[in-house]
Formats: sequence, structure tokens, C-alpha cells
Amino acid sequence: MAARPSGAKKDKAADAPAPTMDSLLATKEIVVACGPGGVGKTTTAAASALMAAINHGSKVLVLTVDPAKRLANALGLDGIGNTEHKVPASAFEAAGVRPRGELWAAMLDTKESWDSLIRQHAPDEQTRDEILANPLYQNIAGRFIQSHDYIAMERLYEIHSAGEYDLIVVDTPPTRNALDFLDAPERLADFFSSRLLRWLIVPYRSKLINVATKPFYQISDRILGTEFMGDISEFFILFQTMYDGFVERSKAVGRLLSDRRTTFVVVSTLEATPLREAEFFAEQLTERKLHLGAIVLNKVLPDYLQGRDGAKVAETLKDRAEDLAAELSPVLGSADTELGDPAQIARVLTEVADSYLNFQVVALCEMEERASLAVVPDVLATVPFFDTDIYDLAGLLRLGEQIWG
Amino acid sequence: MATDPMTPLLDRKLVFVTGKGGTGKTTVASALALLAAAQGKRVLICEVDGKGELAGYYEAPPMAFKEKEVQPGLFAMTMDTEASLREYLKLQLHIPIVGRIGPVAKAFDFLAAAAPGVREILTVGKLCFEVRDNKWDMVVVDAPATGHIVGQLAAPQAVNGLVRVGLIRNQTDWMLEMLSDPAITGLLAVCTPEEMPVSETIELATRVREETTVELAGVVVNRVLPELFGRNEEAVFDALAAPGPLEELDGLIGGDAGPVLEAARLAVTMRRTRSTHLERLREGIDPDVPLLYLPYLFTKSHGLRTTRQVAGSLGEELGL
Repeated sequence: MAARPSGAKKDKAADAPAPTMDSLLATKEIVVACGPGGVGKTTTAAASALMAAINHGSKVLVLTVDPAKRLANALGLDGIGNTEHKVPASAFEAAGVRPRGELWAAMLDTKESWDSLIRQHAPDEQTRDEILANPLYQNIAGRFIQSHDYIAMERLYEIHSAGEYDLIVVDTPPTRNALDFLDAPERLADFFSSRLLRWLIVPYRSKLINVATKPFYQISDRILGTEFMGDISEFFILFQTMYDGFVERSKAVGRLLSDRRTTFVVVSTLEATPLREAEFFAEQLTERKLHLGAIVLNKVLPDYLQGRDGAKVAETLKDRAEDLAAELSPVLGSADTELGDPAQIARVLTEVADSYLNFQVVALCEMEERASLAVVPDVLATVPFFDTDIYDLAGLLRLGEQIWG
Repeated sequence: MATDPMTPLLDRKLVFVTGKGGTGKTTVASALALLAAAQGKRVLICEVDGKGELAGYYEAPPMAFKEKEVQPGLFAMTMDTEASLREYLKLQLHIPIVGRIGPVAKAFDFLAAAAPGVREILTVGKLCFEVRDNKWDMVVVDAPATGHIVGQLAAPQAVNGLVRVGLIRNQTDWMLEMLSDPAITGLLAVCTPEEMPVSETIELATRVREETTVELAGVVVNRVLPELFGRNEEAVFDALAAPGPLEELDGLIGGDAGPVLEAARLAVTMRRTRSTHLERLREGIDPDVPLLYLPYLFTKSHGLRTTRQVAGSLGEELGL
């Protein structure tokens, strides 16, 4: 919630107003929400996009990877597929807001995105059809884990270069390593230009003659079988025809990510493990000269759990449960009614106090984690724990208002 | 098959533990291994795709491909597919050029980058070899997250479909047999009583049934909040939190009880929201699959101390 300038920039920033999520979303064209799994990346991305659409009068797209079903429905995304949908006016009305701009939403369909990429880069129809029908291709497009990371960034590039939106907020896929998607464009380029790939597309017979590469083929052949090696060769010979287009494209995707118009929002909770991962991620962004716009801390327990006074009250409730219950009994009813039963009141007081003390331990750990945050971004937003799920625009709005600051 | 009772979790020799990010997959895997070791079993736990976190769950130094004893009877290793390939070539295939690292490393790079399923096969293969060697009573795998586990477990079929001959093909048959035997292998899914983790777990159960031959041996529901009140007690609480009685209480203790009651209200609502997801989970999962409930730990959340506490709760749930 509180925006504060980073320590290093304090003097310089003294005159200028401190940046907020509001100003960040107003000035950037691409916002990439990233961070460890299970911290609310998707809802944070959607809530940010919603706030921008409501307040800035701009045309905003939220590109999500795998939204919860109810949230997808709320955004008008009921099927899979890459199509961009406009969030209907009725959804805004139900949430009681009138947007100045427009909110659009799209989901990422990995397979469809790969297919469209192939269609775009294949030199001719025959090559295109052969690649699309190749079992190895289907395996790569559908199952290849890295392909997920690459294709998300590729889609982002495609949408951005179409120039349809003022702001695109993208939610990143759950990767094994939060950084995978950053490296994906470069890795794909590397793969296409690797010596290995060049060996592979050498006609099979000449492979066995070359002294340097012979051991490699012997091992591969014995493990995978000559026939499969042949399939692989064939596939990569086909793929090679698209080399230039792919490499150029992946470099462009890389440039877009480091463009000044792009910013990254790292999302986390204040639990130790996700927070360490988020911190590492934020450090890596800075190291790669990518723009760390904000850190959003989700599901933070309320402040009232941290106070010493609260703990003292809880201790008193426990210690004096019985005599307090005796005093309260006539206020709530009488000793022989259900509400007035002193034993029951004492039990409730004890439960309430224990619960407070339990949650206080967690809240204090969170406070400690926040204080020791190694990376201090320009914008640090704290979102309280919501006791119910977020599944509609009204819920996103509650979340968005907290992020907005 | 439905009439056969399921093989108890601890009687299985190979247990893959998966879960959505943030649900406590590694915590549960490390606790399960610790529990099995405490039962006198000789246990191997293997971290796959990890970021080297598992060591911290046992307060142990960083781990390697070669297993090390981290607790009595409990050994830990971290998966390294290149080392797995090298070991495989050496022990199983007697490939003559082993020793010359260059070609092996290149072959590995190629295999892992270009041939789908091979990295997964080398992982599953190593684990199956460990089970087949009979060195362990149980092998626990801190497996990839829900999004990736099906690809891992289905790798032998995928490779069978693509590769028709060759040494890999010869190996996948017995691996499949081992993975398909519910008396040997099982998958344990970890979730929390929240919307996305529950949805992902239900979806996982379907995909595991349709796309793999591995049996879902159980679902661990982690971080279950305690029930604060019985029905009558909640009525008392509501009466107590009303303005008049609350003022009375404040006066009696000479302080502000508001935040303490507010916190209880939060805990009650949280539990109620979560219980609807628990119901959805119970309905979405085959009734034969046991659900194991682990309580929310209100303590500091890492290290061997936590692993022990979770192992204790898991033991209770398994009736030990």
C-alpha cells in the first residue's frame, strides 16, 4: 500500500512525487507480473489491468496463462483459445463501477500459438504441413516445457506489435524456475544456432564418416535407435528452413522485454520460501538491466495482529476466562440459557485468545520478513489477506484498490 | 480393481510427491521420508528439479547426485540427468567410449534439448533402478509441480510411442511395469484448501488416470485451519462481539478486546471459505483415494523442526 522511494534514490527523488502503481500503469505499455507459484500472480495482473482500465481511460489487455475457472468466467473467457475478449459492460455494472477505458482479456493457448508461429515462418505450404504433422513437433509444442515460457513472451510481442492496446498486463506461466521465461528467447536462438543442430541436419551417411562426431552418433544411435535418429534429423532439416525468421523474432522478443516501456512487477507473499524466490528474481531483473517497477506483497495478515496490546489482552482473556465469563453471563443472557452459560463463555474467550496468539506468531514472522526485504523497489504494495476468494470484478476491484495505493 | 483395498502409502516402494507451487510439496515429501525412516525403513529421498531447498528441511549440507545419509536410515540425493545418463551408460549398456566425457556430454545436450521425453526418462529411469536394486525399502520423490508431473510420469509411454527400437526402448517396458503396479508405485498430491490448488488437484487426478499408469495413492490437504467454535459457541461469540457486551468486556479487562475478537472472526471466515473448497475436493476425487489432513502450523515455518512436526501429523493421519 505504501509507496516509498528506494533508499539510494531518496535525495534525488525528494522533489518529484514518489511513483505509485497508478503512475507506473499510466506510463508503461507492458507490465509483466512474475514471481513464485501460488502467490496470486494472476489475480494481481487482472486487478492491475482493471484499475488501469477504470482510472486511465485506456484500452487495456490482460493476458493470462491459467486463471481459476470462476475468474476466467468473470473476464468473459469461457473457452480456451487465443482470442481477445472485451470484458462486458454488465460485469462492470455488477461491480458497481463505470470504466473510463476498456478492459480486454485473453488466455494463452500454447499449442495454438506454436502453430501460428510455424504458419508464419514456414517458407512454403508443404514444409508447413509437414512440420505441423510431425509427431516430434507435436510433442515439442504440447509438452516441451521450455516452449511454454517462450511462447508466452512471443504472444506478448505479437500483441504489442499489433498496436491495439495502450497497456498489456501479462501473467507469466508457472515455471520450474521463475527466470526461465526471461531466458527463453535467447535459449531458443542459441538452440537454432548450435553446432549440434548443424550436425543433426547433415545427411546421415556422412555423419558416420566424420571422425570427430562419430562417437556422438554411435551413442545416440544405440540409445535411441537409428530410425528415431532419422526422424529427428528429418524434423530439424524441416525446422532449419525457419531458422532466420525464428532467430530474428526471438531477438526482437528479447529487446521488447528490456525496452523502457516494459516493466516487471514481482508478486509474492510474506512467507519465507516464496519471498526468497521473489527476492532472487528481483535481483536478477536488476542484474539484467530490466525494469523492476514494483513488488506486490499479497495475503498479508492485518496489522492489528502485530500489536503488543492485543497480545496482552489475549493473555488476560485466557488467564481470567472464568471470572470474566461470570461477569459477562448476565450481559449475554442468564446462567441457564445457552448464551449465558458461563462455562461456554469461558471456553469461547479462551479459544478466541489462543487463536489471536497463534496468528500473531505468523503476523510477526511476516513483519520480520518485510523488514528484511533485500530489494527495495520504487513501489512496494501490500495487499491484506482477503478472507474470501476473488472470483469476480468486484473482488478484483477490492484487490486493485489496495495495490493502487 | 475398485474392490481391492488400496496399498497403504508406507507399503509402497516408490512414491512421487507433487503439488501446486506454494502448497508445501517439499515439506510433505521430506516429512513422509522422515516418517518412513522413523518406522525403521531404509529410505531414499530424491529432489527432482529442485533449487537445492530439500537439504534445508533436514538441516543438512547441500546435496549431490550421490546419496548421503541425512537422518538415521534416511538418505537424500538430488537428480542430475546428465549424471544419470552417464551412470546408465556405464552400468547398463557397457558402452565402450564411456570415460570420454566430451561425447557423452554432447550426446546428453542433444538428447535433452531435442528429443522430447528423454530428460524425463533419465529421471524416472534412475528412480526405477534404485527401486529395482532393492537397496531401499522406500524411495520418496520430491517430484515436479502439478503442471509438470504428468509429463514426467507419462514419459515411458511417450518414448515408447516415438522410439520403436534402440536401448531406451528396451528399458521403458520394465519401467512401465513398475510404475503401473499400485503395490509398488503411487502418486501423492499435496494441496491446500484454496480455490486454485483444489481445482488443480482435481484436474491432476483426472489426467493421472487418463494419461499415466500410476495410481493416485492419496491427497494431502495441507494447512487446514482448526475449527474454533462449535455451533453454540459461535452464537456466544457473536453475542459477545456485539457493541454492548464488547464494551462491557473492554471495561472488565481495562483494554481493547476488539482486535482479538476481529482476529477470531477472520479465522472463522477463513475456515469457512476453505471448507467449501474441501467439499469440492472430496467430491472431485475418487472416494477410494484417502485424503490426509495436516494442520496449519502457527510456528516458524522451516527447518527440521517443522519437518518433524509434519511427519508427526502425517503419522497420526496414517493411523501409526
